[in-house]
Amino acid sequence: MSDNEVAGHARSRMEGAFQPSPESGPTPPSQIYGHFSDENPEMVQFVDADGNRLETNETNAPYAQIVEEMTSEDARIIYRDLVLVRRIDAEGFALQRQGELGLWPSLLGQEAAQVGAGRALRDHDYAFPGYREHGVAWCRGVPPENLLGMFRGVNHGGWDSNENNFHLYTIVIGNQMLHAVGYAMGIAADGDMGTGDPDRDAAVMAFTGDGGTSQGDFNEALVFAAVTNAPTVFFVQNNQWAISEPNEKQFIIPPYQRARGFGFPGVLVDGNDPLATYAVAKDALDKARSGQGPTLIEAYTYRMGAHTTSDDPSKYRSSAEVEIWKEKDPIKRMRGFMAERNHADEEFFAAVDAEADEIAARVRKACQEMPDPELPTMFDHQYTEYHPLVEAEREEFLAYHAGFAEEGGQA
Amino acid sequence: MSGTRLSLAKGLNAGLRRAMEKDPKVVLMGEDVGKLGGVFRITEGLQKDFGDHRVMDTPLAESGIVGAAVGLALRGYRPVVEIQFDGFVYPAFDQIVSQVAKMHARSLGHLKLPLVIRIPCGGGIGAVEHHSESNEAYFAHTAGLRVVTCSNAADGYWMMQQAIESDDPVIFFEPKRRYHERGETEIDEGGTPELGLYDARVVREGSDATLLCYGPMVKTCLQAAEAAAEEGCNLEVVDLRTLSPLDLPTIMESVKKTRRAVIVHEAQTFVGMGAEIAARIQEECFYHLEAPVLRVGGYNIPYPPSRFEEEFLPTLDRVLDAVDRSLAH
Repeated sequence: MSDNEVAGHARSRMEGAFQPSPESGPTPPSQIYGHFSDENPEMVQFVDADGNRLETNETNAPYAQIVEEMTSEDARIIYRDLVLVRRIDAEGFALQRQGELGLWPSLLGQEAAQVGAGRALRDHDYAFPGYREHGVAWCRGVPPENLLGMFRGVNHGGWDSNENNFHLYTIVIGNQMLHAVGYAMGIAADGDMGTGDPDRDAAVMAFTGDGGTSQGDFNEALVFAAVTNAPTVFFVQNNQWAISEPNEKQFIIPPYQRARGFGFPGVLVDGNDPLATYAVAKDALDKARSGQGPTLIEAYTYRMGAHTTSDDPSKYRSSAEVEIWKEKDPIKRMRGFMAERNHADEEFFAAVDAEADEIAARVRKACQEMPDPELPTMFDHQYTEYHPLVEAEREEFLAYHAGFAEEGGQA
Repeated sequence: MSGTRLSLAKGLNAGLRRAMEKDPKVVLMGEDVGKLGGVFRITEGLQKDFGDHRVMDTPLAESGIVGAAVGLALRGYRPVVEIQFDGFVYPAFDQIVSQVAKMHARSLGHLKLPLVIRIPCGGGIGAVEHHSESNEAYFAHTAGLRVVTCSNAADGYWMMQQAIESDDPVIFFEPKRRYHERGETEIDEGGTPELGLYDARVVREGSDATLLCYGPMVKTCLQAAEAAAEEGCNLEVVDLRTLSPLDLPTIMESVKKTRRAVIVHEAQTFVGMGAEIAARIQEECFYHLEAPVLRVGGYNIPYPPSRFEEEFLPTLDRVLDAVDRSLAH
């Protein structure tokens, strides 16, 4: 899209900004914006909705070699990730409905975006998630049980970020984008960038959604990354809905095009195409690690469920829109691709399904058996060093509860 | 430098320099901290000597500065960020209270955030709006942060190093109107700090009432005590130095001795540091008090245009007036 076209588009949007829609309910952004549709020639795709390999074209050509180098084993790894992540997510949703979790932000529909990005990361890269990145967490080796604590209310995260180079979930939208850039600045300062040693060069991937692109921190992160050449890949999962607000409430120019204004490339990728997300993410990470600077990837996808278990998407979007996206399901697409290429047999698919059942049961059991924290631990870890007020209040708290015990009640 | 008398600005500069010499992971960042040395010249000469990878001029984005510093700290660095003026910290407020303060706890102790956020604070320099505020209460109210402030060159020198060595995030308030006044105290650069970072100091002993103060008001209170002494009134002056945690034992010991307390700060008194301190004194020293605990501070208005600031800020006379009211009981 040329600048003139963008400007014209913006004007037409403003003219109609407060006009009531003649139809019932909001019009899906994909039907309003040419650049947000599947037909956008700037969107990197490798397989169609049925899994057929698309021909190499001007847009996907820079990444085609990465896809061609993927083996049957790579395909099976990605397929397994997609299925298991979906199952873990479904279990999270069910556990919330059964009262075991207070909240669950579902990733349903975004598996390909997260798995593609997650598998493109190397062990010594670092990921900074929002709060929906269960698929990235899975690819990083974070046990899915670890994700449940904050949604059950027993902690605010609690895992050791440095075990798997996967930072804690971040609830305030956009905060983590700056942490990612700072961490990447540290990588550069350590000299762990551009050495040519694949075991040393590292990069950071920062995750947010389309709503996150409106935040100041997101934009400040892009500025900092650009001027410091920090090895950062910004991975925006444009799932098209920021709770109830569609893309047109967030931006006029799509995020991938915005990157150019900050001074580095932006890439639009089909977020439901796992081969495309993997290839684009790998390319961007390779560039970052080699010192070629940041990239912003916009993975165009769709949040099939609610924003979290607390909202009701039927109030703000049409079921017809959801039906359209069901046809673009990433697992169906990957399976079709694998069948076409004979990457796996039925035995493999059955084994993955069985593994999903096992993991779901494991997650459920872990959730149900997750103990409430012992009360005095509320005061733990507030500071690294002695803090008289915290210690005084801990003593006061313990004395208060000890009083009940002396009266024969429960401490 | 042994035994030299410096301005607070030079003391802070020397403290930063020593911390950077001792630990290569200490990095400075902020707007104009490089070639310019900061708008108050606190970082003067440091980029020249340590390089622009350790003294980083940043984009003009406070949330970006603090947020990026969080990432650097997670990578193993010990960033010291400069917020150019007190009133400019608010764009970074979200990062400080939502992320900086909570990172250690929400990771159940796995992550440490050794980050120092320097904020030139307070008024009295005839500046335009947003350049003269005292916003320490916001940060003292936020669990997970430590909040300190210095009042003289020696404290600036030592407290800065101690703050940088702390594994907890520290908000470091620097009284900007005292930056360039030559200090009364000497700095023994090769020595050791007299006090811990979270210790208050009795800077003048007295018996009739205690003035509790910090930052720019320490000098004002010492002047008030000298004036009172000429009239036979013997005031004790306590420089709190640490606002979170408060050094309550030192405060209580002084108040129990003098039986009267006047808290003096530049910030508005309503829900300010003085309110907390007065409440604590009331809880712990009720039967020792001869008079209500009084506060002298800014009025409950935004920091006024500078032509009003001499009336807004506590002066020697306003402090003495409060002492008179205390002694009248």
